[in-house]
Amino acid sequence: METIRLRKGLDLHLKGEAQKKLLQNLASEVVAICPSDFKNVIPKLLVQEGDAVKAGQIIFTDKKRPQIGFASPVSGKVKAIVRGEKRKLLAVEITPDSSTQYVQFEPIKEVSKATRQEIQQRLLESGLWATIIQRPYGIIANPGDSPKAIVISAFNSAPLGADIKFTVKEDTDAMQLAVDALAKFTDGKIYVNFNAEDASASPLYMLRNVEKRFFKGPHPAGNVGVQISHICPIGKGDIVWTLQPQALAAIGRLISKGIYDVTRLVAVTGQRVKNPAYIKCVPGTTISSICKATEIKETKELYGQDCGARFISGNPLSGANVGAGGYLGFYDDQVTIISEGNYRELFGWMKIFRTKKFSASRSYFSWLTPKKKYAVDTNTNGGERAFIVTGAYEKVLPMDIYPVFLLKAILAGDIEKMEQFGIYEVIGEDLALCEYVCPSKIEVQKIVEQGIDLMIKEMS
Amino acid sequence: MVEDMGNKILKIIDKMKPTFSKGGKLSWLHSTFEAFESFAAVPPTVTAGRTHIKDCVDIKRVMSVVVAALVPTFLFGIWNTGEQHSLAFGLQWGFWAKVWFGFYKILPLILVSYIVGLGIEFAVAQARGHEVNEGYLVTGFLIPLIMPIDVPLWVLAIAVAFAVIFGKEIFGGTGMNIWNPALLARAFVFFAYPSTITGDSVWIEGMTKNADKVIDGFSGATPLAQVADGLAGAPSFMQMFIGNIPGSIGETSAIAILIGAAILIFTGVASWKIMFSCVAGALFTGFLANTFAEPGTFAAYPAVNHLVMGGFAFGAVFMATDPVSSAQTEVGKWIYGFLIGAVCIVLRLFNPGYREGMMLSILLMNTMAPLIDWCVVRPNIKRREKRAAALKK
Repeated sequence: METIRLRKGLDLHLKGEAQKKLLQNLASEVVAICPSDFKNVIPKLLVQEGDAVKAGQIIFTDKKRPQIGFASPVSGKVKAIVRGEKRKLLAVEITPDSSTQYVQFEPIKEVSKATRQEIQQRLLESGLWATIIQRPYGIIANPGDSPKAIVISAFNSAPLGADIKFTVKEDTDAMQLAVDALAKFTDGKIYVNFNAEDASASPLYMLRNVEKRFFKGPHPAGNVGVQISHICPIGKGDIVWTLQPQALAAIGRLISKGIYDVTRLVAVTGQRVKNPAYIKCVPGTTISSICKATEIKETKELYGQDCGARFISGNPLSGANVGAGGYLGFYDDQVTIISEGNYRELFGWMKIFRTKKFSASRSYFSWLTPKKKYAVDTNTNGGERAFIVTGAYEKVLPMDIYPVFLLKAILAGDIEKMEQFGIYEVIGEDLALCEYVCPSKIEVQKIVEQGIDLMIKEMS
Repeated sequence: MVEDMGNKILKIIDKMKPTFSKGGKLSWLHSTFEAFESFAAVPPTVTAGRTHIKDCVDIKRVMSVVVAALVPTFLFGIWNTGEQHSLAFGLQWGFWAKVWFGFYKILPLILVSYIVGLGIEFAVAQARGHEVNEGYLVTGFLIPLIMPIDVPLWVLAIAVAFAVIFGKEIFGGTGMNIWNPALLARAFVFFAYPSTITGDSVWIEGMTKNADKVIDGFSGATPLAQVADGLAGAPSFMQMFIGNIPGSIGETSAIAILIGAAILIFTGVASWKIMFSCVAGALFTGFLANTFAEPGTFAAYPAVNHLVMGGFAFGAVFMATDPVSSAQTEVGKWIYGFLIGAVCIVLRLFNPGYREGMMLSILLMNTMAPLIDWCVVRPNIKRREKRAAALKK
């Protein structure tokens, strides 16, 4: 067993880790499908308010690639079609039935004998195709492509991240079906990457017909982008597909039972959550119903000043700020609730000891307490400046990339330089830690996404 | 208790805010007010993107670590100013008399540096509608420390203005500049007003004006000048290491500089790679010169002594490591530092007109830093292109 050891990175120890127990099977009063969950998708709506829909029925398709559809995770009635400025579609809200009616697709009896066409057709018509993400760009894969590899990360290294050993622990058989089906799409290998320390405890460890790789090191070792750069780096023209374990489980259920069942275990985390634990629900579940299940610590003061809460679908380094009225994102298996940091900390940066806060830099003294868990908030802890300090990003990015050069190329809008410095190999989340440690408070992820948007526009 | 007091201060700030905001009486001081406000309290801004949490280190903290690292050299400079003055004029001063004298003489330099420099920074920030950058907190402290004590205040003021305007602001402010602004100020004085920064008398307070009162046998020459003129009479390694010798205010004591270096390296604020390779470069070139030199010439002067002489140590620790003007890549830092050390010794040995090579050496390598980085990132780009080419086949 060869282990790929990553020395760069940073593990953040935060308060509010989810206990490994299932708190509730949550049935939300409203479930929403939001186009904003899907990068680079312009929705074409197929339903109207008042329509009855089934779980697995396509609600909208992508205008540019109409064969890719997005399905309702529940059966029920379309309650509202929420639009924003310029009539932009924000969400399709559905009131679920008490018991779920599924669109019945034909199960695939013997995966080994099924053709790629057959499997592709099933994934597209059920809406599960959207679970396949391609690199470069981190967008939904093209149905026509044959990727050079399919890469699956079997562990989560993000702060407070859901424990995949727990979330898919009963889904090994379903995941095996999915892996066998996906093998038809590539001439290359399917890589499954484990945390070297507890690989054998993983429900994915028993998977057959896959290449196993073992990673050791701090976050972002669990990020699939980082893993790809170590096992099959992406060059210009390369395509690699990635899937999450929970998506494999859903694909497996589609194959065996013929239903679109994206129910998953979700870690509800963060120091504002009273009972951080796991709940079982579908994507699109309202954050408010999740909060009701786990309870929220309401009044909270920071530095003598009142502050609200931030509701994040995903982890605190790369999740989406969905607000108290938001929904669990399509790809997310974690909700994080932390305090908003809109307070003013008197003489903050001057304090010799700033014990309530963590810093990866040694200009504070948190290195003396490496095991301490911190209650984090969303304060930027300083104003935005130009790139000044060098070498900070490199310490937390275990990839063969010069991040500042890449970011400057993006800011200059120089496509050729962006290619040279590796824009195809990254998406925002891979550089999230760079943004975390940046003393100049530069919005690294936003810049990377800008670059990717530009590439998509120019290269299509 | 502390929080109560803090909230009171914040209330006072809030009360003043409308006056300085748009439409207020003093809105033309908006940037200045904002600078002081964010100085007193970390602003209530929250993260906007997908990274919801951020490390508590910011540029203010980074800069204040550098300022803290400079304090030992500053304190030693204060004492040494008094020490050198009392030696030159044959005064029997005690410790505190020397400190008081030094403080009294250095304070105006610090004040001029900060008032002129920050004045320009604040004005530019206001004109551009930017926040005031913290970079000058360090630059403004560095400039007096690399000047001779006798530099006229008006020369210092012009040099500071030049450095801030042409060294920094025309490029877009802190983070955008090509050369180290503090060194640029010194280079400006050196080329525009050479008599105020060269010679034997400028390093001792009062020596230029009262040359007749200096006691016999006291030259005031820096060790570098002494050694270059002939090896006789030069101070010992130990004396230069301690630093009670003539020289720019902050550069003389290797001990004080080493304390600063320890702070910078431990906190990770400055690159130890640059410092280390700079020393290595100087030793390499120095030993090479030692090997081939005729005995008794300057080239035969022990290479190790170069490290504690003149501005080498100060430059290696505080100037070469400026992250903005140095090489950005980790490999580049090794090369950049090594070349600074090597070029510095070459200049010292082969440039009889001006023996202090550190300033020019660093400015030269500042200019070359982007080229070094270009060479370092080239293989990375090539690897990528090779992968793409292999794919096409």
